[in-house]
Amino acid sequence: MKAAVLVFPGSNREGDVAQAIELITGRKPQMVWHGAGDFDKADLIVLPGGFSYGDYLRCGAMAAQSPVMAEVKRRAAQGVPVLAICNGFQIAAEAGLVPGVLMRNENLKFICGDVHLKVETSQSLFTNRYQAGQVIKVPVAHAEGNYFADEDTLKRLEDRGQVAFRYCAPDGTVDGSGNPNGSIRNIAGVYNETKTVLGLMPHPENAIEPIFGGTDGKALFEGLVEALS
Amino acid sequence: MKARVHVTLKNGVLDPQGKAIGHSLNRLGFPEVGDVRQGKFIELELAETDKAKAKARLDEMCRKLLANTVIENYSIELVG
Amino acid sequence: MTIAKEKNPPVKLPNEPTITPAIVAEHGLSPDEYQRVLTIMGREPTMVELGIFSAMWSEHCSYKSSKVWLKKLPTEAPWVIQGPGENAGVIDIGDGQAAIFKMESHNHPSYIEPYQGAATGVGGILRDVFTMGARPIANLNALRFGDPAHPKTRHLVSGVVAGIGGYGNCMGIPTVGGETNFHAAYNGNILVNAMTVGIAPTDRIFYAAAAGLGNPMVYVGSKTGRDGIHGATMSSTEFNEDSESKRPTVQVGDPFVEKLLLEACLELMATDAIVAIQDMGAAGLTSSSFEMAAKGGLGLEMALDKVPMREEGMNPYELMLSESQERMLMVLKPGREEEARKIFEKWELDFAVIGHLTDTERMVLSWHGDIVANIPIPPLVTSAPMYERPWKLTKLPAVLDAAKVPAPTDWKASLLKLMGCPDLASKAWIWHQYDHLIMGNTAIRPQDGDAALVRVPGTYKGLAITSDCTPRYVQAHPETGGRQAVAEAWRNITATGAEPLAITDNMNFGNPQKPEIMGQFAGAVMGMAEACKVLNFPVVSGNVSLYNETEGKPILPTPTIGAVGVINDLSKAVGSRLIQAGISLVLVGETKGWLGQSLYLREMFGREEGAPPPVDLEVERHNGDFVRDQIDRGRIVACHDLSDGGLLVALAEMCIAGGVGAEITLPATGIPSHAFLYGEDQARYLVASPRADKILNTAAKRGVPAVVLGNTGGAALTVKGVLSVALSDIKAVHEAWLPDYMNRTE
Repeated sequence: MKAAVLVFPGSNREGDVAQAIELITGRKPQMVWHGAGDFDKADLIVLPGGFSYGDYLRCGAMAAQSPVMAEVKRRAAQGVPVLAICNGFQIAAEAGLVPGVLMRNENLKFICGDVHLKVETSQSLFTNRYQAGQVIKVPVAHAEGNYFADEDTLKRLEDRGQVAFRYCAPDGTVDGSGNPNGSIRNIAGVYNETKTVLGLMPHPENAIEPIFGGTDGKALFEGLVEALS
Repeated sequence: MKARVHVTLKNGVLDPQGKAIGHSLNRLGFPEVGDVRQGKFIELELAETDKAKAKARLDEMCRKLLANTVIENYSIELVG
Repeated sequence: MTIAKEKNPPVKLPNEPTITPAIVAEHGLSPDEYQRVLTIMGREPTMVELGIFSAMWSEHCSYKSSKVWLKKLPTEAPWVIQGPGENAGVIDIGDGQAAIFKMESHNHPSYIEPYQGAATGVGGILRDVFTMGARPIANLNALRFGDPAHPKTRHLVSGVVAGIGGYGNCMGIPTVGGETNFHAAYNGNILVNAMTVGIAPTDRIFYAAAAGLGNPMVYVGSKTGRDGIHGATMSSTEFNEDSESKRPTVQVGDPFVEKLLLEACLELMATDAIVAIQDMGAAGLTSSSFEMAAKGGLGLEMALDKVPMREEGMNPYELMLSESQERMLMVLKPGREEEARKIFEKWELDFAVIGHLTDTERMVLSWHGDIVANIPIPPLVTSAPMYERPWKLTKLPAVLDAAKVPAPTDWKASLLKLMGCPDLASKAWIWHQYDHLIMGNTAIRPQDGDAALVRVPGTYKGLAITSDCTPRYVQAHPETGGRQAVAEAWRNITATGAEPLAITDNMNFGNPQKPEIMGQFAGAVMGMAEACKVLNFPVVSGNVSLYNETEGKPILPTPTIGAVGVINDLSKAVGSRLIQAGISLVLVGETKGWLGQSLYLREMFGREEGAPPPVDLEVERHNGDFVRDQIDRGRIVACHDLSDGGLLVALAEMCIAGGVGAEITLPATGIPSHAFLYGEDQARYLVASPRADKILNTAAKRGVPAVVLGNTGGAALTVKGVLSVALSDIKAVHEAWLPDYMNRTE
């Protein structure tokens, strides 16, 4: 599986996701600078975490206008899978690749720690190695992860099964107790209509090696390898 | 010419910062303060003299970058 | 003397005032110091020159009160590549890699503007490390706040934590550890000590010494504004009085720009274009340019009109003294300017060739063609004031007899009180605001071990990092406290299984012109020096912050020790959580029941009395080497050194962190139970092991005191015949104090 990881000024988790991809696929991903108008063909495009443009104005707002994003939008429209993590999710939302918007955490603070997620469906490129309803443990690290969409959009998301992950308690109960940032309906990640673009706030790339606290993120990347190879 | 843009959250969008500001004011001895909404103020220097042209361009700037129209409204004021 | 003679005196700036004793005083120079200036210059200085002397001879830049003492600290070992004197210290960690680290204080600015003060403190220490070619891989911080009941404390905690997180998280460097204490002595002077550790190849380390006649001097990073210019009423070009309002007294950091600067610098450092590089920190362009030239034994010429400026109408004085953030100064090989410029432009940073190196050993500054300053460099450095201030050592207080300290009337209540007290309570509210997982190398998370442990990228090695100091011990007897701070840092590294290698020190003290304060400094240094020597634990970098007092009330003397160690196989490292039931708990080290200066004494009875626990350095080393060896042999699954709160607190911490209880019995020693359980005797560790028999066997052979206290298991912490407390009760008070305190609105 050939992956391309985009790097914007201020991106800072491109190393983490590149490391995870190399560990699992055996192949270093292509690192693509935001100023590039084009880049090599890739099976998977990754928008990594960070503080692109310092999160100034709005998270992801300026990065969404980068030259390379026009090409990303074009390829996404053709069905090339896109994995958008944390700041990547913010950029994808600003660029219209996924619906909704990410706002400031409800408690107004940055939060870093493990959360539990309920995998809503296993019917996607990204989650085919999980079971529907499975509870996984993955870290978050963000100050603006509060997902919001208006009622019409939310209805469409739910009806079409576009909600990918929800914050839950360790036993899987979705009652707000596991929600770190106030996201509406405890939404931690969403797909686009074709389920080829996934935006999520948690960091599966930091849950790969056992010595660092958990390995539940591995299956996401393994699922992609299986689906795309 | 100078342009002043105000970007505010649409009604119905939760504003935790506004809420925190309101509570702080109440605690500081201003119980009369109710709902608070906070936004952004952006001032730009434009090398454009035609007001209509400037307004149209600013509109485009707001829609493209300065405001996220999913959750924000904007208003434009031209000075001078 | 090879210093060239000055040909013509410099030109004065428009409306430049004549120098008066008042102006000299405003610049922080004593009449004696000013006399030295006149002698060195051979004439009256211009205002720009006066500003330069004032900055270079300030306490912060010249260490004039502390140098004489700091010289006593051991700074060498076979693994030390660079000791104090550069931007940061460098140690060899094997396999062609070096760890580069330092700790710096940003105390006064953080009191004034906690968010930006702490943020720019982090920014500054990061630059000190990456300017040497190291990619930073871990941040830590040691914070000391005032009494929680003091009206400013909550606001300061909130701002400082947000600032540290705001800067570090954006830079993408994990903040993995540190310490936070509260004490009324810090009411008017909080302490924010920030530490950074980075990794670089040993054959690619960058230093500050300028070299190469004619080589270009290049400025990169953010534009220069009027941030942080103190002192005399220097204004814009017209030198009029209302320019004060134009000057922000608070430096505002931009972590986004510094992230770009980090990447651009590392990208250029991968080539061989850089001859020397230094960041612009305190005293900005002045200190960096001066130090680079002085270290290289060269002179330099700079055209200040070429400096990228953020504000209108800036003058040379302001440009030399501005403390605008996120700027670096480099000497490049000739002809490499364009290659370098392209890199900085790609990262959207300012790049300007502002000068070149000469052989005159003078610093010659010009402004639109006119020379505005001309200073001989070596004398400014060699004649820098160095004071041997009068000092008076604190006498060792009388030893407090444990029998004179009441036992708890309610044991459970005493434990809960201690576990929920500000110094011991969980700091999760703080470190959950720090990204401590980015870079994917965090092997021991905050509060899971005695030191933070991060993988060295691309290897199986780990770096153990810690920050320690027990200020109440230092206050009681500075020499013991200094010794103890180093010993505790050494123990905390050892407790993870790592080999302690070197330290960085942040000396935070009051007014050195008071003999008793100078005596605290002297005593602490003497204690530290002894510990460094016996433990083979040299000082490779450091920082001094003096005059931390308000209305004559000084802070507790606080020599913060930042330490680094290495473990060659990360999989052998241990944390302090009890996660396995049915294994033994072994107490290593001798207990006499030392309650003097203990947290038990302070929190239960409000007493800060007695001599602090003595530190026997040979015993520390002996016991620690033994524990490390046992960890290496795989016999230990959890380890915690004993410090604040003694044995009972350490055990409680291990239990609640892992969710597994313990049942122990006190050995028959005749020592009162409260002294045994809450005493703060040094050189001790509590280890959990399924092979206690082997540990005891080896301990006996090595002459290390070791005794099995009991077993792990259950949902309570039980000391037979003394107390039994549910873990959930301990956890509840431990986790509640800080969030409750911060969320309270009164």
